[in-house]
Amino acid sequence: MSAVSLTKIVKRFGEYTAVHPMSLDIAQGSFITLLGPSGCGKTTTLRMIAGLLDPSEGEIAINGRRVNDVPIHKRNLGLVFQNYALFPHKTVAENVAFGLNYRNVGKEEARRKVAAALDLVQLPDVGGRYPKQLSGGQQQRIALARAIVIEPDVLLLDEPLSALDANLREDMRVELKRIQQRIGVTTIFVTHDQTEALAMSDQIIVMSEGRVEQVGAPEAVYNTPATEFVAQFLGASNILPAQCTTVSGNELALELPDFPRFAIPRERGPDISQSGPVRLVIRAEKLHLMPAGTSADGILSVAATVENVDYQGQSARYFLRVGDQHLQAINMIEDHPFTTGAQVVLRFRAKDCAALPLEKHS
Amino acid sequence: MGWRLIRTYTVLVYLFMFLPIAVVVLLSFNANQFGSFPMTGLSTRWFEVLWNNDAIMRAFRTSIVLGLMTAVISTVLGVLASLALVRYAIPGRNLITTLLIAPILVPEVVLAVALLLFLNFLNIGKSFTLLLMGHVIFTLPFVILVVQARLVSIRRDVEEAALSLGASPMQTFFAITLPLLMPAVAAGGLFAFTISFDDITGTLFWKPGGIETVPTQIFSMLRNSISPEINALGTVIIVLTVGLPLMGAAIARKLSTRSGG
Repeated sequence: MSAVSLTKIVKRFGEYTAVHPMSLDIAQGSFITLLGPSGCGKTTTLRMIAGLLDPSEGEIAINGRRVNDVPIHKRNLGLVFQNYALFPHKTVAENVAFGLNYRNVGKEEARRKVAAALDLVQLPDVGGRYPKQLSGGQQQRIALARAIVIEPDVLLLDEPLSALDANLREDMRVELKRIQQRIGVTTIFVTHDQTEALAMSDQIIVMSEGRVEQVGAPEAVYNTPATEFVAQFLGASNILPAQCTTVSGNELALELPDFPRFAIPRERGPDISQSGPVRLVIRAEKLHLMPAGTSADGILSVAATVENVDYQGQSARYFLRVGDQHLQAINMIEDHPFTTGAQVVLRFRAKDCAALPLEKHS
Repeated sequence: MGWRLIRTYTVLVYLFMFLPIAVVVLLSFNANQFGSFPMTGLSTRWFEVLWNNDAIMRAFRTSIVLGLMTAVISTVLGVLASLALVRYAIPGRNLITTLLIAPILVPEVVLAVALLLFLNFLNIGKSFTLLLMGHVIFTLPFVILVVQARLVSIRRDVEEAALSLGASPMQTFFAITLPLLMPAVAAGGLFAFTISFDDITGTLFWKPGGIETVPTQIFSMLRNSISPEINALGTVIIVLTVGLPLMGAAIARKLSTRSGG
C-alpha cells in the first residue's frame, strides 16, 4: 500500500492553474523529492498533502485512507518549514513536546520521547533554552525533532535547508538523510536545489509550471532526462538540433552539422520512434577537451575552439565553438586549463548522449 | 553657542508643557484652603477630603467600571476583528478596516451627536449601556491598530506548525497566537482604559442623568469654585493615566523580551 497517493489532483487559484492533473504513488518509507524552480507547483502540492490547501479536483490518500476532508490537525503529519517556525514563547523542550500534548501520552513518557528526539538530532542539552538562543542550524534540528517526535505517517519538508549557510546546508543534508533512514519515515522533500535532490532522494519528481516533467531515481533523472527542461535544470547540458536518420533495433543513427555521423544506443532515446528531427543532449562534464591533433582512438571526437574559460579551481567551465554551434564543457584541471583561443578536440562517448523528440512549443 | 540656544529653548518648551501639571500636583499637597499659591505648608488633607466626598468617589467608581468594561469589550472585539482582517481574505477588507479606524478621524463632537440622534430616532433613551457603547466605538480603532500591527508580524507558518502537530484551530489560537499577541492585547486594553477614563466630550452627550464620570464631575465642580480637592483629584488622575500605561509598556517589553518577540 502506498504511504501517500495522489490521484489526478488539480489546484486552481481563480483563473490560474498552479498544479495540473497530477498522480503519484509514494512507497512506504521512501524519500521522495519534488524538485523544480520557484512557481513550479511543488510547494502547492506539498501544502495540499499537508491539508493547508484544498485540491480543486482529485483525491489524496494517506495509508490508503482518503484525507481530502480530513483537516490538517487530524492527518498526523510532520511538517518542517524553511524558516523553522518554532514557537518563540516556548522553550525547546516545550516546542518538541507540543504535538504530544494533543495525543494520549503520559507526562513521564512525553519527557522520555522529547529526550530521545533531542538525542536523535544531536542536541540533547538545549531543552531549557528558547529558540532565539539557538543558531539557524540548531533551530532547524529542533523543528525536525518536533516533527518526528509525534511519529508522523509522513514527514513533509518544505525547503528546510534553504535558509542555512552553504557549509551548514551540506552537513544538515547528510544529517537529515541519516535521521530519515534511522526512523524509516516516508518523507516528501520540496526543494529547488538539484544537489540536495540528487544526494538525498530515492525518487525525484521534477516539476515545471505545474506539471510533472519526469519521475525517477536520481541517476535515471540525471543521466536520461525525459525532457529538455529536465536536461537543463539538472546540471549543465548541451542541447543540439540533430537529425535521426535510422531507427534500428538497438541503435539510433544521428547526423549533426559539423559532427561526424554516429549512433547512440536505442535506450538513450526511448521516446524516439521514427527518423526525423530530434534534440541531442550531452552533459557538459561528458565532453573531454584534448589538445588539437590527439588521435581519436576509436572514440568520437570533434574539433572545437575555446572561446572563454571560467576557472573554478579544481575544474574549469569552457565555452566552446564547433562550427557555428556553441557548447559548454566542464572538465577537471590536470596541469593548466586550456586558454581562450586554443584549438582542441572534444571527445565523448555515444552512450553518454541522449536523444529527445522535438518538443512542440506552444 | 548655537547648541546652547537650542538646549535652552528645548528646556523652555518642556517647562511650558509640564509646569502646569507639576503645579497641580504640587498644590494638591498645599495646606492652604485655597487651591493656589502661596503654599502655606505640606498636607495630604485634600486627599482625605477627596476620599470623603461621596460624589467624587461615586464618579471615580463609575469611571473605573466604565473604563474596565470598555477595555474588555474593545479588546475582545479588536482581537476578533484583527484576526478576521489579517488572517482571512474576507471581501472588502480594506473598506472594513477604514470604517473601523474612522472614529479616530471623525471629530468627537460629530460622532457624539450622531450616535445620540441615531438612538433618539430608534426611541432608545440614554443609559449606561449607551455610554459604554460610545466609549467602545471611540477606543476600538486604537485596539485594532495595535493588535493588527502585531498580528501581521506573527508568521503564519508558526500557526501552521501547531496545526500540523495536532492542535485544532481553536487550540492553536490559545496556545500560540494569543500568547504571541499578548503585548499588543495588553497595550490595546490599556489604551482603551485610559481613553475611556479621560473622555469628556462624548461622555457629556451620552451620560444619563445622575451618572457622572470623573471628568464630568470635575467639570461640574469647576462651575462653582476651584476647590483644592480638584488639584488632589488631578494628581490621582495623572498617576492613573500616565503611570498605568508606562507600567503596561514596561510589562509588555519585559514579556516580549522573555518570549523573544
